[in-house]
Amino acid sequence: MRFDVGLMLSWIPAALSGLWVTVGVWLTGGIGALLLGLAVAIIRRFGGRILDRGLWACVAVIRDTPFLIQLFLLYYGGPFVGLDLDPYAAGLLGIILYGGAYICEIIGAGFDAVPRGHQEAALCIGLTRLQMVRRILLPEMTLLVLPPVVNMQIILLKETAVLSIVTVPELTMTLTSLGSEHFAFAEALSLLALGYWGLVELASLLGRLAERGFSRYRLAT
Amino acid sequence: MEWIDVQLLAVAALVTAGISIVSILTGLGIGLLVCMASLSRNPPLRWAARLYISFFRGSPLLVQLLLIYYLLPAIGINVPSLVAAIAGLSLSTGAYQAENLRGGFTSVATGMIEAARMVGLSWRQILLRIRLPIALRLTLPAVMNEAVMILKASSLVSVVGIEELTRSAQNLATSNFEPIAMYSMAGAFYLLLNRLLSGGGWMAGRLLGRAGA
Repeated sequence: MRFDVGLMLSWIPAALSGLWVTVGVWLTGGIGALLLGLAVAIIRRFGGRILDRGLWACVAVIRDTPFLIQLFLLYYGGPFVGLDLDPYAAGLLGIILYGGAYICEIIGAGFDAVPRGHQEAALCIGLTRLQMVRRILLPEMTLLVLPPVVNMQIILLKETAVLSIVTVPELTMTLTSLGSEHFAFAEALSLLALGYWGLVELASLLGRLAERGFSRYRLAT
Repeated sequence: MEWIDVQLLAVAALVTAGISIVSILTGLGIGLLVCMASLSRNPPLRWAARLYISFFRGSPLLVQLLLIYYLLPAIGINVPSLVAAIAGLSLSTGAYQAENLRGGFTSVATGMIEAARMVGLSWRQILLRIRLPIALRLTLPAVMNEAVMILKASSLVSVVGIEELTRSAQNLATSNFEPIAMYSMAGAFYLLLNRLLSGGGWMAGRLLGRAGA
């Protein structure tokens, strides 16, 4: 087997354009998933029994079915119910829904882990319910959920590779099509794996830095 | 949606179940080996295990599947695509299971291992009868969680042309032009398989609980 490193290097500019799409979808999708997860967790906690049960079922369905099936439903099934999405929008929506389902569970567990005494103490010294949520519950929960949320964001980064199947021109799509154009899969796929590996290591480094930055706010419980 | 579609999807669900179960078990075996390597006293072995875990956890499964699918023939190994798919799933999940099991192995109390050594058990007996059952019982939730992930991830092998649940749903959706019904049905089958898998995990927990008692 020939392995043409020169060819591999010549693809780097093209690969970078795919990389930006990957990073773009990941950042917007990741932030979207975080906001959705937070919103769903808050609604489930304070929105009453019916909403809680309904959202629990949605989350369970999303968590127990493959991301690819959800993506196909959005992209191929969407037009049948008037939801005409281009690949990019379908992919982004898919990432937000999938990530949101997991992050909502993480944040829910975070809420449960904040000591009840802290919340009762806040209400006792005269904070309103909203103030208690904003000033006590959310900050304490943030510290607890940071590591699993960072982990989930890294899973989402890897999950964006699946978007290539519905033709989002991200890193995987760019490099596999270059590979088939030049009939050089070994080079394309090696570059691809190395690219993701580097990206994931970088993301986990940033995550560790964020955790260290936040850890100085940690209180004794 | 016709009854025949449901039947076709049910058969495809069996293929998905087969691929997943083989991959989960092979992956557990690989995970155990890699975990032992990562805990060994031999530095090169430890580094190799760490590199393995870092690579397979650090790149998307889709990319790993494509790598195995295209690279094995390129270096002269011709295997059926089904074997390549199962190999890809097993190698990937092996890295996650190694990390899961490592947590279990390091929390087996040293007193228990010393006691086992005192009563004259060999290294292998200690591993198989003391350390492994305890580690498995401690990490069962994480191990089962990863098994569910693999069942879902098996949908990706449709990309390399395996006729499993996702691929069949895709074929049916394009031929009868009912994507919503077909993909929802496929999703329902995945849900069912996951419930069965979780049930299996619960039973395994009971068995391990008795073995450890």
